[in-house]
Amino acid sequence: MKLIPSPRHIPMLATAVVLVGAFSLGSALYPNFASWGVIRNLLVDNAFLGIAAIGATFVIISGGIDLSVGSVMAFTSILIASLIEQHGVHPIPASGLALILGAAFGLGQGALIQAFRLPPFLITLAGMFLARGLAFAIHPQSLGIRDPFIATTINESLTFSLPLGPRGIQIPLTVDLFIAAAIVAWLVLTGMRFGRAVHAIGDDEHAANLMGLPVARTRIAVYGISGFMSAFAGVVFALYQQSGDPASCKGMELDAIAAVVIGGTLLRGGVGSVIGTVMGVMVFGLIQTMIAFQGDLSSWWTRIVVGVLVLTFLVLQRGVEWVGRRRN
Amino acid sequence: MGDQAPRAAHPTDSRMSADAPLLAVRGLQKRFGAVRALAGVDLTVLHGQIHVLLGENGAGKSTLIKCLGGVHWPDGGSVALEGRPIAPASPRDAERIGISTVFQEINLIPHMSLAENISLGREPTGPLGRIRWHEVRRRAEVALARLGLRVGVGSDLSSCSIAIRQLVAIARALDVSAKLLILDEPTSSLDRGEVAQLMGVMRRLRADGLGIIFITHFLDQVYEIADRITILRDGALVGEYDPASLPRTRLVSLMIGREYSPPIATPTPTPTLTTAPTTATTTTPSSTNGETAETVAEPSIAVAHARNLGRRGSVEGINIQIDKGQTVGLAGLLGSGRSETARLFFGADRATEGSLEIDGTPVRLRSPRQAIRRRIAMTAEDRRSEGIIPNLSVRENILLALQVHRGLARPIPSAEASRLVHDFVRSLNIKTPSSEAPVSSLSGGNQQKALLARWLATDPHLLILDEPTRGIDVGAKAEIERLIGTLRERGMAVLLVGSDLEEVVRICRRVIVLRDRRQVAELHGGRCNEREIMAAIAEHTPSHIAVGSTPQPPLAGDSGGSR
Repeated sequence: MKLIPSPRHIPMLATAVVLVGAFSLGSALYPNFASWGVIRNLLVDNAFLGIAAIGATFVIISGGIDLSVGSVMAFTSILIASLIEQHGVHPIPASGLALILGAAFGLGQGALIQAFRLPPFLITLAGMFLARGLAFAIHPQSLGIRDPFIATTINESLTFSLPLGPRGIQIPLTVDLFIAAAIVAWLVLTGMRFGRAVHAIGDDEHAANLMGLPVARTRIAVYGISGFMSAFAGVVFALYQQSGDPASCKGMELDAIAAVVIGGTLLRGGVGSVIGTVMGVMVFGLIQTMIAFQGDLSSWWTRIVVGVLVLTFLVLQRGVEWVGRRRN
Repeated sequence: MGDQAPRAAHPTDSRMSADAPLLAVRGLQKRFGAVRALAGVDLTVLHGQIHVLLGENGAGKSTLIKCLGGVHWPDGGSVALEGRPIAPASPRDAERIGISTVFQEINLIPHMSLAENISLGREPTGPLGRIRWHEVRRRAEVALARLGLRVGVGSDLSSCSIAIRQLVAIARALDVSAKLLILDEPTSSLDRGEVAQLMGVMRRLRADGLGIIFITHFLDQVYEIADRITILRDGALVGEYDPASLPRTRLVSLMIGREYSPPIATPTPTPTLTTAPTTATTTTPSSTNGETAETVAEPSIAVAHARNLGRRGSVEGINIQIDKGQTVGLAGLLGSGRSETARLFFGADRATEGSLEIDGTPVRLRSPRQAIRRRIAMTAEDRRSEGIIPNLSVRENILLALQVHRGLARPIPSAEASRLVHDFVRSLNIKTPSSEAPVSSLSGGNQQKALLARWLATDPHLLILDEPTRGIDVGAKAEIERLIGTLRERGMAVLLVGSDLEEVVRICRRVIVLRDRRQVAELHGGRCNEREIMAAIAEHTPSHIAVGSTPQPPLAGDSGGSR
């Protein structure tokens, strides 16, 4: 259906190879690794990272970066915890308000980046401090959510049971939300004018402008989407943890960026895909799982492996670009 | 728009659109700060007409087409399309009205398919805003077939040649049912076959009734395809002409603003064509003008000697020998390969053919750094972007090249540096409050002198000056000319690129003429004058245009022709 194969998709294919390879390696090394349960946990434990990484995919394809992701997640989690527990607000309007605030925060960052031609790195760095500070201003410590609606309705009634494996597996709502977000984002980026404009401004902003694309509107919207997805990830994180914490999600933006890069999206902008990002998140989670299975390795080994992988993918991207240019 | 009252019977009523010209630009004005880019320019393009827009650097061509294309907004004057006044606010707006522009640098998205580049931003969509890719593809196939191009529309733009990208850009421009197509130097990086293909496309579009504004620097192309020529100079209209009755020499003199007097005394107006790599010195009849180094007796080693030097797709066939104490000029129209040639001598571009000897040693210059080591210096044409470092002081700017020459590990002793800077500021008469003032606070002429001082500090054997007097006042020009004279007496070899022919012949005793990116003549002695240079620039082998015919009066306001 899509028109284009070509060198552009090589990094994503490499991601698929790494994903399959890591899973095979895990299965070979550890008994019980190749099970539906492991796959389920992979999805459950990384749903919030995945949602944040989908937002980051938009930003990175547009040629920008968003460092405020983790702080906005923490802000959102403590906001809804506080609204539910301290102010008696029902979880659904509380989450709705958090999503609106996240989107508004992102749109504000995008407007500043566009209006003053400021580097997104700096604007979102300021946003990162701002959101983190606001999170602590709402409530200085972690706050548990004991609302029955979340405990029973969301985390139990809305959990699907899939007839896989001997006892079936339970898929909570958070995973459904992650998958739905990925599908919507994929449709927008590959098949809508807006999504194509995001690619175009990331590839060559000057040309995009002269081709008559709405560059300013698109860029602001991209940061709005990132803010919304950060808040969304924060909501899912709060559901997953059943608590809000102003000190949580530190460095989550960097995990998201790493997952996006491992997923084959060019940090330079213009080329990337949500499918790649989802696979990148899975690779990220697989590494953690394998280190947990190993048992005697410190969890810091995750960082080392991720670092090596990111580096490898950056070099691979550059290599693909070279080959492409050589062919001309 | 409001004041139509005084002239009731004015013909440009909106109902006259049937026989109104496709495009009527009247008295268009545009300023950028203190610079007047367009001072009341007229342009009329008819349906089914290829209208060539000509002009040298700073003539206002690109400002004009950017005003038409909605990139710039004019300050005054009017633009009408088919009789209706228009004011495009953005490129998108201009496209909607029916004006599409293909800019020189080809503005397309590299990592998208050809098909997507043609439709981007206006893709056909189905339910929920989903793009209908099949239709995108089909539309691209139709659009490219109209241009006679058969390629897979699914391939990445970045994997296609410049010529194909050019055609894709045109296809995109036509995809919005354009009435007026503006092509800004589309041929500047195409080879002969590709140019012919593009010309074919333009003819086909002309037959469809499209109006085309075509900007090019290649005179052969102008005469091959133009229905009409409009010449601009210094932001003003020179006139509109019929190519059939505009001899090349007249066209060149109109473009560069110097009167061309048809040769009477000389029986053959053709200049000496030195195609073989002969050395200039042997053919010089008598050097009347004090270039002492040219006495044939002693075979002195040339400072620089290029034999058939060239670079694929840039310039070819450059044969220049410069001896100690000689000043050689490089003349030609914009786009003729002047600066490109200079860049080959400085290693800023790598030569792909021919050979170059510096001080008698064959060299392959791969970078300016290597050229500097061989004692070659160059001031670039655009001193803002390629030369001066605005926020550094005059002192730092002057010492920069010398420091590079010495290597960073050997700092220049502070006392010596001060003495050096002081000497140059005084001897070049650089007007600056102090040597610590930022160089950006100086006037253009003084910046240029500071830049010259930078290179002179390295004591070069060959100094390449690319339009050293551009954009500076008359007094500073004279000083720089005097300075070049002094350097020549001291034995420095100078290669001067100039667009002001009068200045070039005043400074140089020998001039290399370039046309269409190759060397066409070497003029010296008595032949080294403006008239001969113009004749060489305009010269044309297939003679379907009589060079000697009487110049026809232009059709519309020849305002600046006799300045």
